[in-house]
Amino acid sequence: MMSALETHVSELLATKAEARKLSFYYGDFRALKNITMPVHERKVTALIGPSGCGKSTFLRCFNRMHDLYPGNRYEGEIILQPDNANLLARDVDPIEVRMRIGMVFQKPNPFPKSVFENVAYGLRVRGESSRRRIEEKVEQALQDAALWEEVKNRLHQPAYNLSGGQQQRLCIARALATDPELLLFDEPTSALDPIATASIEELMHDLKERVTILIVTHNMQQAARVSDFTAYMYLGDLIEFGITDELFIKPKMKQTEDYITGRFG
Amino acid sequence: MAMTEHASKQYDLDLGSIRSRVLAMGGLVESQIRRAIDALTTGNLVLTQEVIEADHRVNAMEVELDGDCSQLIVRRQPAAGDLRMIFAIMKTVTDLERIGDEAQKIARMAKNIHERGGAQAPPVVEVRHAAEAAISMLRRTLDCFARLDCDGAAEVIRDDAGIDTEFRSILRQLITYMMEDPRTISTALEIVWIAKAIERIGDHAKNMAEYVIYIVKGTDVRHTKVAP
Repeated sequence: MMSALETHVSELLATKAEARKLSFYYGDFRALKNITMPVHERKVTALIGPSGCGKSTFLRCFNRMHDLYPGNRYEGEIILQPDNANLLARDVDPIEVRMRIGMVFQKPNPFPKSVFENVAYGLRVRGESSRRRIEEKVEQALQDAALWEEVKNRLHQPAYNLSGGQQQRLCIARALATDPELLLFDEPTSALDPIATASIEELMHDLKERVTILIVTHNMQQAARVSDFTAYMYLGDLIEFGITDELFIKPKMKQTEDYITGRFG
Repeated sequence: MAMTEHASKQYDLDLGSIRSRVLAMGGLVESQIRRAIDALTTGNLVLTQEVIEADHRVNAMEVELDGDCSQLIVRRQPAAGDLRMIFAIMKTVTDLERIGDEAQKIARMAKNIHERGGAQAPPVVEVRHAAEAAISMLRRTLDCFARLDCDGAAEVIRDDAGIDTEFRSILRQLITYMMEDPRTISTALEIVWIAKAIERIGDHAKNMAEYVIYIVKGTDVRHTKVAP
């Protein structure tokens, strides 16, 4: 199924995580069907597809979000590297998983605390008590999230005073503070204006130098702009996975073509 | 490539309208070449003038189609097959406009030749034959564009070599004429220009055939030795 170029690229790239025959059930409803797909290290992988295709469900498997509700069930594996361990295994603590895999949601959801405390939160949960180390980490995370210059003089004001775009970057800083290996973005810019969207996209581009990113987006142009790889999903199936440039210019599957050219439904 | 409908009907209408106007532009350009060649063989000076003056219609269609393509890109952000289609149309329109220029050039040369008092025997018959081959390439490439026919496009690409061969053969004949009778030199030189214009028309038709393959298969066969 892969082109020669794709095979070549896949062989060169390290894999950060890999779904293997992953199925997911909300009770009796099978929302993901036997998905096998790599997430390449320090690359951006976009998940696209119409509503209800399972892309958010798939994303949430990576930090065990589904564990919070009874009746949910995983089948198959998600192998996380370098441990080569299945993060869905019953003996794996979901809290440990979430320490390594951060998540940013559609709507900015800062805690009702100060800017500083929002970012420091994950560090304190981890048991960090040195004030100096926390301050260093908070500044670093805010710098990495391209927010430091805008908030350095108002660190102790409520996070709710920030604009929507700033709040979203604060949530990214909060996720970055604990040095995650993989960042999950669930439609991170759908509540933002074009300027704030551009700054988040720019940020993703910078972040991928050190962290792997998996993003769900409804905006196909965004997937084309920010991602290195794209997966098209439909009704719980992975229809096509490939290099973004190839997928948007010359998709292999007619279903993908129909979706990205607006011939769907 | 299957062409099912877009969720947006207006998108289908816009794209369909652009495609049919490309074909209309192709039809106009084809008739320009044909009339220019007719004028050359018959010496009809009125016809040469008509062809020269009609070129502005070809140019206007180029400008209008380019504008409509950029508008469609801005409004629809075409992807995949649609993107390749629009990209290929913008390039096709450029080639068609250049073919129009070549037709105008042929008409100008025909006018010069006949105003001077007629051709003293240089091989106008062979020129007409080469022109028929170029017109056929153009018509077939437009058919392939309309039907998204890759096999036909590959055939057009292969046929370009034939026109190149004919051009060289015309050139050799003209050299012989000029050496035998220096009075034919002015006319012979003009016929060289006409033959060159025909050869260029073949090249443009070949380019357009290559875009058809790009639309359908997504592979860029330009500047490759082997025809697909």
